[in-house]
Amino acid sequence: MIREFSSADILFIVTAVRWTLILSAIAFVGGALGGLAIALSRSSQNRVLRRIATGFIQVFQGTPLLMQLFLVYFGLAVVGLPIDPLLAAAVALTLHASAYLGEIWRGAIEAVPSGQSEAATALALGYRDRMRHVILPQAMRIATAPTVGFLVQLIKGTSLASIIGFTELTRAGQIVNNATFQPFLVFGTVAALYFVLCWPLSLLARQIEARMRRALMR
Amino acid sequence: MYQFNFQPVLQNLDLLLYGAWLTVRLSLLAMLFGLIVSVLGAVAKTSGIRPLRWLVDAYVEVIRNTPFLVQIFFIFFGLPAVGVSMSPNTAALVALVVNVGAYGTEIIRAGIESIPRGQIEAGRALGLNPVQIFRYVVVKPALRNIYPSLTSQFIYLMLTSSVVSVISANDLASAGADLNARTFASFEIYLVLTVLYFLLALGFSTLFAAIRRMFFTYPAGR
Repeated sequence: MIREFSSADILFIVTAVRWTLILSAIAFVGGALGGLAIALSRSSQNRVLRRIATGFIQVFQGTPLLMQLFLVYFGLAVVGLPIDPLLAAAVALTLHASAYLGEIWRGAIEAVPSGQSEAATALALGYRDRMRHVILPQAMRIATAPTVGFLVQLIKGTSLASIIGFTELTRAGQIVNNATFQPFLVFGTVAALYFVLCWPLSLLARQIEARMRRALMR
Repeated sequence: MYQFNFQPVLQNLDLLLYGAWLTVRLSLLAMLFGLIVSVLGAVAKTSGIRPLRWLVDAYVEVIRNTPFLVQIFFIFFGLPAVGVSMSPNTAALVALVVNVGAYGTEIIRAGIESIPRGQIEAGRALGLNPVQIFRYVVVKPALRNIYPSLTSQFIYLMLTSSVVSVISANDLASAGADLNARTFASFEIYLVLTVLYFLLALGFSTLFAAIRRMFFTYPAGR
């Protein structure tokens, strides 16, 4: 039965935004932890660690997110876990975010002038203190704009979770479209909602970047 | 304990390799047309004609702040409602071109703006004619500046193109999905697909690096 595209449908789509946000938040927090580990390994003195981190980044930046989602989704059965779309999407997006944030933050850590690290060493600071009090605070400022930019990419990436059957914004749209057959309106609404989520973040990233550039020019 | 079964994948490897070729072809076409859209977009944006600039700005912002999956749904399912119907393969190409065109517009605009005015004036002072100035003083250095971002955008496009399988356009991911529907060796199939995509990405980046060495190393190899 085809029915009208009603306010109830719009409400259904709008409330599905929360699953997009929850999934993005899980992936971002998980990706931040993983990304920090990757960035530190990647810029460490230990050759094995560096190699592993480089390989991790290469694999996750060199393969489609869609394949990563499918692999984790079907991989759950391989390691004996129940197949669950939310779990699969959360794990895959966390790994994906770890690789991208790791690469962004590695760049930021390496952008801190080496004199800073040398000065800290000269002051007899150990690795932990050096990172925590000298390098990371400066790297964080450099990394803010690209990190916010990646958050936009991550929110858009969560739409692929719909393909493995997780009901977030895009899949809510598909469900409504199957019932009402108003694809123009439905997917237009879905796109508008993503835009509302992502555009402010894009503007914020650009603003931070412009401010950083002005600060560097002074 | 999970029993791995690579038999279905290995027996149908030719199907997957053909799918990989389709992905390469689709990506190359999307890159070519996407580049044209990007150049037009960048020229329109730097033209100084206000309404044109607003139009391009709106296009770039809308595309960059919505998921590709929703864009392709809108183009394939939504546009027929207003009278624009396309086959899955055409819709896939159009969606990819529209998508990469938005990112490319920004990259090329940055490239055009990266050429200092003084450089053009220097070219004039050396007695180069306008065509020579455009070719050697503007296009080539600008291309060299944007080449890394443009090519990594293209590799990202190739990876993103796997999403066109959701509307059953023909590509590597679709070939894998068809095989999966017949054999149910899901994990093994997607593992091989992932490896194939990785090799494609590696191939493209090797190709792009070779092109850069051929055309964009100074002063040799002009």
